[in-house]
Amino acid sequence: MRAGVLGEFILHEMGIAMQIIEIATDSIPDDMENVIVERVNLKVGKLAAVVPDSLRFCFDIIAKDTPLKGAKLVIKEIDVVARCNDCHTEWTITEPVFSCKKCKSGSIEILSGRELDIDSIEIAE
Amino acid sequence: MQISGFNNFKYCHHHEFHKPHHTHAKTGGHVEVKKSGTREIKVVRRVLDVNEKMARQNRELFKEKGVFVLNVMSSPGSGKTTLLEKTLDEIMPEIKCAVIVGDICTTNDADRLVKTGAPVVQINTDEFGGDCHLAAHVIEKSAGSLDLDAVDLLIVENIGNLVCPAEFDIGEDARVVVLSVTEGEDKPVKYPLMFRECDAAILNKTDLLPYLDYDRELAVKYIHQVHPDIPVFELSAKTKEGIGPWIDWIKGMMSRKKP
Ligand SMILES: Nc1nc2c(ncn2[C@@H]2O[C@H](COP(=O)(O)OP(=O)(O)OP(=O)(O)O)[C@@H](O)[C@H]2O)c(=O)[nH]1
Ligand SMILES: [Mg+2]
Ligand SMILES: [Zn+2]
Repeated sequence: MRAGVLGEFILHEMGIAMQIIEIATDSIPDDMENVIVERVNLKVGKLAAVVPDSLRFCFDIIAKDTPLKGAKLVIKEIDVVARCNDCHTEWTITEPVFSCKKCKSGSIEILSGRELDIDSIEIAE
Repeated sequence: MQISGFNNFKYCHHHEFHKPHHTHAKTGGHVEVKKSGTREIKVVRRVLDVNEKMARQNRELFKEKGVFVLNVMSSPGSGKTTLLEKTLDEIMPEIKCAVIVGDICTTNDADRLVKTGAPVVQINTDEFGGDCHLAAHVIEKSAGSLDLDAVDLLIVENIGNLVCPAEFDIGEDARVVVLSVTEGEDKPVKYPLMFRECDAAILNKTDLLPYLDYDRELAVKYIHQVHPDIPVFELSAKTKEGIGPWIDWIKGMMSRKKP
């Protein structure tokens, strides 16, 4: 369902990796010195314009000169879940068809699948 | 006119990864010791929250100035610039227009658009071969060089790309995707996010249909499969055939925004 291929939109993922590194660096408590960040936990919706492999690739390259050096980018992919505004059915969208599975209504709400969120960072004790 | 140097990469080089001085008290935040021996610190932030915030500011500014902003997106070469030239032809001077055009490294598009008489801001994304989308801060800078009081409609020609621009809000009022009959009918299902995020779709280059095996009904069906009920304007930017309903749609959208 997602379009990008490794390599094709590397620039896009670079920019996003950059933002992740900024936010994660920003989240290290001020009173901690020489911390080692082991993991950055990210939630990526399946509808988001991001290819997880490309993102990890970019993250590893640019994390090198930052406090996130060596950190692992852990990506949790989130399913696309929709709810029908007419019959209130909730279902997981697995193909690019965005009308109600049950009543075929086109008036639907996307409940999840658009995430591109940093959930947490994990620091070595 | 040229604005450059907004590329994320440059930003990165100048930005040192030091902790900013003005962050909120993070030590009081939610911290959890994991079994693996690491300490987890909750962050819970949108990766693109900086862009989203800037987009909201842009939207406020455009509202205050009474400017309707249209973000036009497509694959490279689908006909955005041609469509804009012809659209401006049709609606100026009745509607006061301005254009921001993102182009990876040439001024070709801007040169074409300047001929319409509308003020044009060209954004070149730099020597790295270019960014793949226009971000909200780039629009903010570009809009700053326009006299927004003298503009009713600001059209943004985004970078030719069906993936990234869909993820970046620029503070626009409406988004339009241009698809041409020389591309595959299945583009909408391959790039669903773009088609879902748009308020209208254009099927361009219909003058070429007699020479192609293109199934336009299938293309429209795929668009509606991804985004039911979205208006689809089938037209030829080259000959202007079918351009009327598209122009009416823009006017209708603009009058809906008026206070
Ligand atoms: N036959 C035909 N050709 C068209 C039409 N619209 C655009 N073209 C041609 O398609 C080519 C690309 O058009 P542009 O308007 O530059 O496309 P664009 O989307 O702005 O391209 P980029 O900015 O490079 O992504 C040019 O050769 C245009 O003359 C059309 O309606 N019919
Ligand atoms: Mg163009
Ligand atoms: Zn339903």
